[in-house]
Amino acid sequence: MNAGTTAAQNAAVAAARPARQSIRARLALTVTGFGALLVATCVLAPLVGSTPLSLVRVFDRTVPFADNVDAQIFFIARLPRVFAAALVGATLASAGVVLQALLRNPLATPFTLGVSAGAALGAILAITFGSAVTLGPFSPVPLASFAGALIAVAIVYTLASAPGRALSTSVLLLAGVTLNSFFSALILFVQYMADFTEAYRAVRWLMGDLDIGAFGPIVATLPLAIVSFGMFALLPSSLNLLSVGGDVAATRGVDVLRAQRLAFLSASLATSAAVSLAGPIGFIGIVVPHLVRLLVGVDHRVVLPASALFGASFLVVCDVVARTVMAPLEVPVGIVTALIGGPFFLWLLVRRG
Amino acid sequence: MLSADRVSFGYADFELQDVSIDIPRGSFTGVLGPNGCGKTTLLKLMSGVLKPRAGDVLLEGEPIGHITRRRLARRIAVVPQETHPAFDYTVMEMVLMGRHPHLGPFALEGPADLAIAREALAATGTAHLADRVYMTLSGGEKQRVIIASALTQSPELLLLDEPTASLDLGYQLEIATLLGNLNRERGVTLVLATHDLNLAASLCSDLVLLREGRILARGRTGDVLTTTMVRRLYGVEADVAFHPGAGHLTVIPVRRAEGGVR
Repeated sequence: MNAGTTAAQNAAVAAARPARQSIRARLALTVTGFGALLVATCVLAPLVGSTPLSLVRVFDRTVPFADNVDAQIFFIARLPRVFAAALVGATLASAGVVLQALLRNPLATPFTLGVSAGAALGAILAITFGSAVTLGPFSPVPLASFAGALIAVAIVYTLASAPGRALSTSVLLLAGVTLNSFFSALILFVQYMADFTEAYRAVRWLMGDLDIGAFGPIVATLPLAIVSFGMFALLPSSLNLLSVGGDVAATRGVDVLRAQRLAFLSASLATSAAVSLAGPIGFIGIVVPHLVRLLVGVDHRVVLPASALFGASFLVVCDVVARTVMAPLEVPVGIVTALIGGPFFLWLLVRRG
Repeated sequence: MLSADRVSFGYADFELQDVSIDIPRGSFTGVLGPNGCGKTTLLKLMSGVLKPRAGDVLLEGEPIGHITRRRLARRIAVVPQETHPAFDYTVMEMVLMGRHPHLGPFALEGPADLAIAREALAATGTAHLADRVYMTLSGGEKQRVIIASALTQSPELLLLDEPTASLDLGYQLEIATLLGNLNRERGVTLVLATHDLNLAASLCSDLVLLREGRILARGRTGDVLTTTMVRRLYGVEADVAFHPGAGHLTVIPVRRAEGGVR
């Protein structure tokens, strides 16, 4: 898969440098470059795995689908996983960009607010006790996860917003830290109460897992993701000004309270979409936006779409690593991203200090 | 053009009470007063960032609370004391953000906006810094870039909150010259909150003296800036005299006033 990705990477790097190009040219170049990278990774990633596939055989129209084992593995076994990775990567990376601008802190992540912990608690409750509950075609896990995320958001938002005043960053961050500890304690309690099999499933899910095995869960998450991306599209120029300062943003024509609410809500929606699909996969929201800023500068009108596209490619590649590094064992992808993201985060801390 | 009509504002332990001022078009008004007298609050009320508890701030008769932020930002720009962006924006990016109120929600700035930004950079003597990262600039350079960014809004009125507070003498003079030119040559109406009496004396046509959240005096600079007023405002005995070399009034503090009028 090297040739394709390298070409796409070159295109992405060519989009690099804030330079003297107009914003239109930079945006077009960036979207083309990172878009090409994403298409390349999505086509090539399903070819990698315990059974090597050939792209020619996968798309060989002379063999009926029922007899084409390569096509079956490609489309049924591996492609859902690749799409899930792309969707989760895109939503988590974008949510990271939005939260970092909203909190004026480049180290903020979707996880800083406790939203993912809330989502995880909901999912764990459903995994442990929800087997008795049936909701027609829906699995209770994503719904409970989404409910948990929304509760977390409501708590953080209520704590952080005093009437008529701008959100206080420090209150927001502290509320998030507190909620994280609180939800984690509840998750541990639920696991303590659960029997061994259920506890194992829960632990496995908490590691972050893209092995969803069908398109159904992706389709179920899609509306949530689409709404959040629609809201993201309204935000970039406000995010630029918010990250310079709340008062500056107000005097440059931004309706600060409305922009903050939109940012907060959209990032929360995106995070819960990702968590309900694949568990709390960490560090995407910090690694991807930082790499993207190194390549294309810091203007959110470029950074946000670039992070969505690059976040998708990034998690698809991480998942290929997770599937192959200890084959035939599959490592949960959350462990791979944490092993990359942890040191990266520390490096950022040291560099900033 | 912009006026405050009996404006009061409560902010924790601190109040601004019954403040009425009028900023005529084309004027250069200085807002003076000791620390904590409410200068910054007054400027935030006049830019609509804060809402008064009582009274109204009016832009040509219209309460600014009724004007959308976008429309207001096309007419009034603000230069705060200090600006700390969370990311490494280039100078050009910082300045172009001034075009925000003139662009639609999905519009990207075009050649016309770029020309306005370049002109603002030139007017503030910062054109050579366009590709530098804002956070790597010196204090004086940063402040001039922020003024350029405010000018890119094409405002009729510019509110400045102690823009020279953290600058050394050379940069202070640069900013002063720039502001004087903006007022005289471009007809921008200016409101300047400052601690620096001599800066205000050299630039401002009108002064507003604030003490403990109330107006102590307002009027033409020559009428308001007197030994008595400096004593009542700061509790300081000072020499106030016309300096023929500088061409304006100068204030030289001599000693604390006896009895501490403050």
